[in-house]
Amino acid sequence: MNTQTAQNIELPGGFAANPVIIKGEGAPVVYLHGPFGQEWDGFLDDLAKYRRVYAPANAGAQETDDLDQLDGFADLVLYYDDLFDQLGLERVDLVGHSFGAMVAAEYAATFRDRVRKLVLIDAMGLWHDDAPVADHLLVSPQNLVKLLYLDPSKPEVAAKLAMPSEHEAMNAAIVDRFGALASTAHFIHPIPERGLKRRLRRIKAETLVLWGAQDALVPPSYAAEFAALIPNARVEMIQGAGHVPQIEQRKLVSEQLAKFLDRN
Amino acid sequence: MKTIWFHMQGYRDLPDDFRDRYESIWVTPPNDELCHSPEVAKYLHWNLDELEMADDLGFDGLGLNEHHQNGYGFPISPNMIATVLARRKSNAALVVLGNTLPLYNPPIRVAEEFALLDCLSGGRLVAGFPVGSPMDTTGCYGIPPTQVRPRYYEAHDLIKQAWTRPGPFAFNGRFTKLRYVNPWPKPLQKPHPPIWLAGGGSVETWKFATDHDYTYSYLSFMGHKYAKVLMDGYWDSVARAGMDDNPYRAGFAQLVVVADTDAEAERIYLKHLRNFYSKSLYVAPHFGGVPGFMTKRSFEFQLSHRGASAFSFDFKPHEATWKQLVEDSRMVIGGSPATVAAQIEEAVRNIRVGHLMVILQIQSMDPELTAYSSGLFAEKVLPKIRGIWDKEGYTDRWWPQGATRNQPQVAHPSTKETYGEAKVPA
Repeated sequence: MNTQTAQNIELPGGFAANPVIIKGEGAPVVYLHGPFGQEWDGFLDDLAKYRRVYAPANAGAQETDDLDQLDGFADLVLYYDDLFDQLGLERVDLVGHSFGAMVAAEYAATFRDRVRKLVLIDAMGLWHDDAPVADHLLVSPQNLVKLLYLDPSKPEVAAKLAMPSEHEAMNAAIVDRFGALASTAHFIHPIPERGLKRRLRRIKAETLVLWGAQDALVPPSYAAEFAALIPNARVEMIQGAGHVPQIEQRKLVSEQLAKFLDRN
Repeated sequence: MKTIWFHMQGYRDLPDDFRDRYESIWVTPPNDELCHSPEVAKYLHWNLDELEMADDLGFDGLGLNEHHQNGYGFPISPNMIATVLARRKSNAALVVLGNTLPLYNPPIRVAEEFALLDCLSGGRLVAGFPVGSPMDTTGCYGIPPTQVRPRYYEAHDLIKQAWTRPGPFAFNGRFTKLRYVNPWPKPLQKPHPPIWLAGGGSVETWKFATDHDYTYSYLSFMGHKYAKVLMDGYWDSVARAGMDDNPYRAGFAQLVVVADTDAEAERIYLKHLRNFYSKSLYVAPHFGGVPGFMTKRSFEFQLSHRGASAFSFDFKPHEATWKQLVEDSRMVIGGSPATVAAQIEEAVRNIRVGHLMVILQIQSMDPELTAYSSGLFAEKVLPKIRGIWDKEGYTDRWWPQGATRNQPQVAHPSTKETYGEAKVPA
């Protein structure tokens, strides 16, 4: 859950302000979340120890009417370009998870000089009929947990899944999740593939592809394909993790990020 | 009041352990395991036989709808079935409720097919414009939930313009771009067939109805007691829009079973009702409640008003009793003709309905039983309910001009002008 204080960043074009969570000091890193909503998990605290981390909400998650002005990824990457301008960020390192990694890859392929380093964690965006990406939207809560986590009984997973017990906070959490799922489904339902494969060759940023080795939502076989299509990329598989390795294997993910982002 | 014999066209022979084996009646029930084409071939003829029977029995209209990939009703294209009915010499309305506008690409197809149906039927068409269910739109047809309503509104504008503006003209929409909108033909009814909206109680649809002076039908299977809160909400929005309280602004779907006596009705129909409620309404919540299908504001409103309904029930549909279904909840109206007539009058007056869609073929019922129930209804119930709202002097401005059955014997002036009385099938 998002327990951090966010700064409302105004945007041009009539869009609602984006509540960006900002923490830490150092060179900027932007984190783009997956389909379930804006988040600030422990691995971002680890990152904020040496970098300034910006974690925005997906476009349209606050105000679903904003989606009427966003027809596909061509509009969405411009939205983030505006947001980076508003944040005063010239060049960024970009970390994306799941849907957010698909956005990050599209952004890096479009604004190829504005991204210094790129990290894709269990990224959506590619599709092969023999390795279908599972449906995260039209699925029961019980089955969704199985798609997302290798071991839902782990305390860190249970903590991630817990809902606030207080009535108003719970309703607010449900509404947040509604906005996040709606605003991401807007771009990827029913299949999260929009031609990214043709554009990955344009990415100039050095890229790290991280993948939960037991991901049941987006099959790990896509990791190698991302690395093959992006000119300067390598893969690190995270053992003992499903679709959300930063929760199930926070330490391993944080070590990989530190090694990759801290090097220069 | 108008009574429309409505056919849901469901799958009549679902296995008894359906609920244990499958997650949902809609979207994912596997076709090769459950949907046998030879059975469907038989059902399709039964469905048409039953609709033709209802026409012969003197119902004011015949009702059809559109749904996909489900056992509860898979009429797919109601226009195809309506075309068969339009060929009959009849003066009943053809209530196609309707074509799910977001599913047509480009939606000019709806303007064309409805115009064709209107011409073929002699101006008997009701053009239903439902938004569509999350199951059909986001589940079966892959439309992002956030785009269903925007596509709906745009398709509506295109179709309405195609029917009322001289062609050819250009239409530049967000989803549909057409350089030459010029459908052949335009509808027989002028300016266009009556447009009916249908829905499950969303505030946006009520507003759309009052903005355009359309009639709104609430399609639920929960009966008038459950519908009361929602229909009051609709009538409040009608009043707020400064419009009259003409009951023909509203329609309602109702399951009805008729036998010689109340006891006989329970004996004959209870198993069919249990079958329907336990299988047909078994829609997985993740298909029915998709985030983004409504705006975030509407969702917040609904969430904060959760549990506010004046009526609630908790029952296991496969072992529901007659008392629960008929007497306590009034989900079903059933019994002797006298009981049924009295309960219908109570229901339509309670929620103020001028267009009653009666569902007399209930999924597992065979054609003989359907004919028995419908025959009793036509003979002994229809005469008693036909005059409801007559005393109050309301006129139905949303009834097709060529559907002259049980109507005042004055031809609609614009109909007469357009194609002359002689061509209206009698």
